Amino acid sequence: MSKIRIATTSLAGCFGCHMSFLDMDERLVALLEHVELNRSPLTDIKHCGPCDIGLVEGGLCNTDNVHVLREFRDNCKILIAVGACAINGGVPAMRNHFTLRECLEEAFLNGVGVENPQIPNDVELPLLLDKVRPLHELVHVDYYLPGCPPSADEFLSVLGDLLEGREPALPKKLLHYD
Amino acid sequence: MGEEANTITHNTIYIDGQPVTFEAGQTIMDAAFSAGVYIPHLCHRPGLTPHGSCKLCVVDIGSRGVSFHNSDRRVQTKFSVDIDGRSVSACTTPAVAGQQISNNTPALNEVRKTITQMLFIEGNHICPSCEKSGDCTLQAMAYHLGMLDGHFPQFFPRREVDASHPTVMLDRDRCILCELCVRASREVDGKNVFAIAGRGITAHLIVNSSSGKLVDSDLETNDMAAHICPVGAILIKEHGYEVPIGRRTFDLHQVGEIGLEKVILANGHGKYATPDDETRHARFPVPNPLPQAGEGANESLREFHVNVRHTDE
Repeated sequence: MSKIRIATTSLAGCFGCHMSFLDMDERLVALLEHVELNRSPLTDIKHCGPCDIGLVEGGLCNTDNVHVLREFRDNCKILIAVGACAINGGVPAMRNHFTLRECLEEAFLNGVGVENPQIPNDVELPLLLDKVRPLHELVHVDYYLPGCPPSADEFLSVLGDLLEGREPALPKKLLHYD
Repeated sequence: MGEEANTITHNTIYIDGQPVTFEAGQTIMDAAFSAGVYIPHLCHRPGLTPHGSCKLCVVDIGSRGVSFHNSDRRVQTKFSVDIDGRSVSACTTPAVAGQQISNNTPALNEVRKTITQMLFIEGNHICPSCEKSGDCTLQAMAYHLGMLDGHFPQFFPRREVDASHPTVMLDRDRCILCELCVRASREVDGKNVFAIAGRGITAHLIVNSSSGKLVDSDLETNDMAAHICPVGAILIKEHGYEVPIGRRTFDLHQVGEIGLEKVILANGHGKYATPDDETRHARFPVPNPLPQAGEGANESLREFHVNVRHTDE
């Protein structure tokens, strides 16, 4: 029997959602009897193959995020926006109050304790977007898992529903945004 | 028997089929409150003049199954409007005998969820960074309605923060223009500190002072206006984290509980409810003891031995 294939990634996030995913602890053993991980920071596979479920943490803050999200959408049958940042931009979106130039100047030129002030300009660096955006503004998102981070129980709830072939229905007692 | 039926017809409305008695002059919201029936709302607070701006309390008034005297069929306003078969805000619509009101229906709750989503995306509601999280009625409303996402594109508006006052913070990012602070200041505090200026998307909260800053206004820490904000727009400084996340108002209560206004206002004054373990929020459950090796372990893992529907490749 083939396993359900899951890919995960963190875009403009803090990997807190991935840590919370791992908070399933010993329940991961049972989960891994039914799923296998494809592209994920947990496997270090660099590109996404055809997958059943994509879990995307974080919003979109640069061009690399855009490429990765499109790769996930192209390869995952079900795409899930995981956590506050993926759903509404979250804390990284607080830079949207300021222009990108103001942010860069504060961080790399005028900030406290900056030495050799210069704005990074290496061609290897992905360009920053003018605003941080949630996932659903770029691609279709099939389901949302709110929380900062979503608890391990939330991950189990939505993955359990999908593994059993049900439409995910997050119990209200698990619903929170903080 | 005949007399009893007569009494019912003259002071009774029906909310989702449940008879609710009302007194002359009461709105549908007032009558529902008295009867312990929850109609979702954000901009309403018993004791303050109804405002009717948030539209969360939208209800449908259907045509009544029984025929009454013609004058009963019309709301007693100077325009004598027939509201049967319309969607109205319960907080501003007078209760009229025999009204058949739909309130807690999937269709209305879906509309309410959409309204809540629009409130979220029009402002900057970043719950993880907001000290009101867990005490926020907007957030609790979104939980109540099962809102998972904002659905619409985020506005990310740039709004002014006023930190000038020594004890009160004003962050317009989170303001939903409910005017609770406006009315509390005017009607309870007798001060007129706040108002809404501008129209449509440019509408914003302004402060009545020469500089437009809170520090130069008459606002004082103990004013109701400083505590009534249902979101994190008006905050008392230096008290935001006295109660940890997980033990706050809506970690312990549902927004639909009747009489919660008193709890919220009490909490706003820094007198927080002391939770006991039984009422703690479900997201911080007492963890089950880890299964020991053997049968117990297999049982706990069985929750994932499910009929997995594999996708064919």
